[in-house]
Amino acid sequence: MEHLTFDLAQRPLRELNQLLHTDAEAGKIGKVTVSNPDGAHNIAVGLNCPVEVEVIGHAGYYVGGMNKSASITVTGSAGTGAAENMMSGKVHIKGFASNGAGASAHGGLLVIDGDAGLRCGISLKGGDIVVGGSVGSFSAFMAQAGRMVICGDAGDALGDSLYEAVLYVKGNITSLGADAQIEPMSETDYAAVAALLQQSGPAFAAHDPHDFKRVASARTLYHWNADADQEY
Amino acid sequence: MDSKPVHFKRIAKEESWGYNRSTIDYIQNAAAHGLYEIRGLGAKRKVPHFDDLVFLGASLSRYPLEGYREKCSTKTILGTRFAKKPIELAIPITVAGMSFGSLSANVKESLGRAASEMGTSTTTGDGGMTQEERLSSKTLIYQCLPSRYGFNPDDVRRADAIEVVIGQGAKPGGGGMLLGQKISPRVAAMRTLPEGIDQRSACRHPDWTGPDDLAIKIQELRELTDWEKPIYVKVGATRTFNDVKLAVHSGADVVVVDGMQGGTAATQSCFIEHVGIPTLAAVRQAVDALEDLNMKGKVQLIVSGGIRTGADVAKALAMGADAVAIGQGVLYALGCNSETYVQNGAHFSAEDGYTALGTAAGFCHHCHTGKCPVGITTQDVILEQRLNPDVGAKRLKNYLKTLNMELTTIARACGKQNVHHLEPEDLVALTVEAAAMARLPLAGTNWIPGISGY
Repeated sequence: MEHLTFDLAQRPLRELNQLLHTDAEAGKIGKVTVSNPDGAHNIAVGLNCPVEVEVIGHAGYYVGGMNKSASITVTGSAGTGAAENMMSGKVHIKGFASNGAGASAHGGLLVIDGDAGLRCGISLKGGDIVVGGSVGSFSAFMAQAGRMVICGDAGDALGDSLYEAVLYVKGNITSLGADAQIEPMSETDYAAVAALLQQSGPAFAAHDPHDFKRVASARTLYHWNADADQEY
Repeated sequence: MDSKPVHFKRIAKEESWGYNRSTIDYIQNAAAHGLYEIRGLGAKRKVPHFDDLVFLGASLSRYPLEGYREKCSTKTILGTRFAKKPIELAIPITVAGMSFGSLSANVKESLGRAASEMGTSTTTGDGGMTQEERLSSKTLIYQCLPSRYGFNPDDVRRADAIEVVIGQGAKPGGGGMLLGQKISPRVAAMRTLPEGIDQRSACRHPDWTGPDDLAIKIQELRELTDWEKPIYVKVGATRTFNDVKLAVHSGADVVVVDGMQGGTAATQSCFIEHVGIPTLAAVRQAVDALEDLNMKGKVQLIVSGGIRTGADVAKALAMGADAVAIGQGVLYALGCNSETYVQNGAHFSAEDGYTALGTAAGFCHHCHTGKCPVGITTQDVILEQRLNPDVGAKRLKNYLKTLNMELTTIARACGKQNVHHLEPEDLVALTVEAAAMARLPLAGTNWIPGISGY
């Protein structure tokens, strides 16, 4: 299978994504190196096969959006919505990620070496997110399923209105959101954190799973009208 | 000396206007439970509507077309701005987005079959695309909602168009709601939620904020679908002039404007009745926005919210809409609020079901309970059998057919060979309010409030 270099300074984004949808899906391309991304939005969105994409530089919004099966690496930073609604595969941001990283991801693994902005893992639906640095406020808002490993700190209102997603935080949590609570770590939790750190690459191996706290839902908001029909 | 109190017979039982029985009931319920009311369907209050407009049929100054013989085209094309594969419909009447979850799988199948037979589209809803709907609906619009429940790229690729939902007329500014009774194992699995919980959807999209972000989001959907599929943007009617302009700026092919009469499966009643503007006012603003941007005919406009009859469709089109979408009318066609349901060809009374909900046929708005006595807005395995997909499909097809015949009847009477040739000039208003909102003259005058005359 071919290894292509695609220069975004010379050719339009449309051609890149078309190529990744057609030739890559047909099995003609094994790897694409994208040069001069210059913060372009929507790089490698909607991939649907196990192709490898390496973006040399910074990506704009939605890099790796709705990814299925592909493995996408960004050597620089990524804009809003990196790997949003990912289904499977892997997206690795070696720099920082902006707001809404991994939003509503149903599967796959999103690794961010640096910090992530606001609302990281919002509406998470089964994907895994590992952040080497810290995450901004409102992260894991309404997260339904999946796991987040945060090696740095978490901002305000972490895990507000959580459903069944589980968050592991090594550093300081500014505040927990409504219905989120710190729970004791079990052996399963230690194993989960260890496995996710290991999958995220050698840089993450230095973290000890025993240093992480578990945050999950207290499930008090699951039924909004628990007090209905009560005469006071 | 004894003074006898004076008794005035009439005022002794005079109901207060401000504090009538239903208001007292509302206050005392709030006092007893500390909870607001949640219900289904749309606004019940009377607001200026298409009923307040009439057509000026042809006479000496215009030629009519023969009502039954001469051709009158209803073909409708949506999504011509950027999409490689625009949506082609035989009629300008579409089925609005309603979720599997709020509706049963049988109902979704009925909608798809009837719409396909009539050459029009159906729309998914919060909670994803079911196999039943994709298989039965030839033209299926796939909604991208704030919750992203069940949203996945395979269904984006299987869809015929994508509708990015910003809001809906019943609750502009609010997210969806599906109470625990309707979170069946299948619904829960599709939405990645625990079974039986009260689901309250997000009201903002998770990965974008504001129109400039939306432009990039729309570009993502276009890139993902290789620019083939039209992208609709749906807004609940509030600041419609600005919102439509921003939707166009964001790159929409089609803008859907849903007025306050639009329905819902479950929302706070204060939201349904008190947030949003009437469809009549919204159409005018939406068309103004498109004209202001010189985008009329380039970006298509779908209007929804209280469209019930062929006359409503004709009026929406005459005011400048390219198509309409119908939700509640579709449900009523299937048998919502009917006294009976049909099983094995026989009618059975649904009265007990309505009584159990504390209501009666003709008044029911209990979609949120999942206990629909006629098997439409339910996930209950027994109740859902009360709507057979064959019966549902036939009823809906008849309804859509009737609307389309009424639409062409009016268009021909106005001398139009194509329903899209209906124009504001064909309409006048019956009330000052409707005249002002629709910017049409009051019947028999040249007066458009705020524009001409006094």
